[in-house]
Amino acid sequence: MTKVRAGAAETRETANAGTLGEKLIELNGEPRKVVAASALDLLRSLEIDPRTVVLELNRQVVRRTELESTPINEGDRVELVHFVGGG
Amino acid sequence: MATAVGTLIDSPLTIAGRVFRSRLMVGTGKYRNNETMVRAIEASGAEVVTVAVRRVDLNRREADGVLYHLDPELYFLLANTAGCYTAEEAIRYARLAREAGFNEFLKLEVIGDRETLLPDTAGLLQAARILVSEGFQVMAYTNDDLITALRLEDAGCAAVMPLASPIGSGLGLVNPYGIRTIKKRLSVPVIVDAGVGTASDACVTMEQGVDGILMNTALAEAADPVTMGAAMRLAVESGRQAFLAGRMPRREIAAPSSPTTGMLG
Repeated sequence: MTKVRAGAAETRETANAGTLGEKLIELNGEPRKVVAASALDLLRSLEIDPRTVVLELNRQVVRRTELESTPINEGDRVELVHFVGGG
Repeated sequence: MATAVGTLIDSPLTIAGRVFRSRLMVGTGKYRNNETMVRAIEASGAEVVTVAVRRVDLNRREADGVLYHLDPELYFLLANTAGCYTAEEAIRYARLAREAGFNEFLKLEVIGDRETLLPDTAGLLQAARILVSEGFQVMAYTNDDLITALRLEDAGCAAVMPLASPIGSGLGLVNPYGIRTIKKRLSVPVIVDAGVGTASDACVTMEQGVDGILMNTALAEAADPVTMGAAMRLAVESGRQAFLAGRMPRREIAAPSSPTTGMLG
């Protein structure tokens, strides 16, 4: 019984480190501490509608359908782009 | 468009099987405000509008993306790779644009020089080949050189876009011969991109027989962009009609328009 409880607590702690802990990433060229497990979490934390931007993670485009399943890790380089006026 | 009885009915501009309602394409940069841009584009009658890919400004809360002002249902958004100086960089921007966008079309720019913004044709060809293989419909911004245009066509570009003169210069069509030659030799559509300054420039350019024109600064920097948009619509239609009509030959001597017979003795 005691063993099981300790195991559960340990699991929760590990999960917290993965989902709630701050990570230092590079966002649009600037260092930034973020709390986000996935690319979708990151957009939500920035209050950005995922339909209005494209996210590039370590130079790879992340498709909108894959934002939720794409983890954000310490040291990641993230670019958020959109369409602006141009010729 | 009012068309007099008996005038030639033109076939619409078609690029990679996609039919467009106007031969005039316009950019969305450098307008003093978004309302003016929207009204100028409306007045121009353009369907294809170009946009650029840039970082989201994370310090600005309000929506500053161009899509907040232009309805993607009404306009065909053509993403560009403006500002890219290498093939690698242009390919990176192209892939981002495709995910952001609504179609497979891309205006490919690989710039070779910051002062003239003239294209790096070697980088352009390299990027074009890779992007074509990835399924992009590449519309390549190039110079007025026939050989580069031919190579771009061979690479599988959907359209070739030679310049009238440098981007944002407003110098008009500096090499009508070069543009005419490219048009004569290529099978894919030729859209003249950059350099048109005013309506007469657009008209003369269309008279060379090209399939369309893309412009931005001529509208954005006009004192009245909305009226210039309307003028450009007429100029492009006018130049196209004149080309189809076939101009009279040039002569170095006069030929009287009135009868030389029947004069009083």
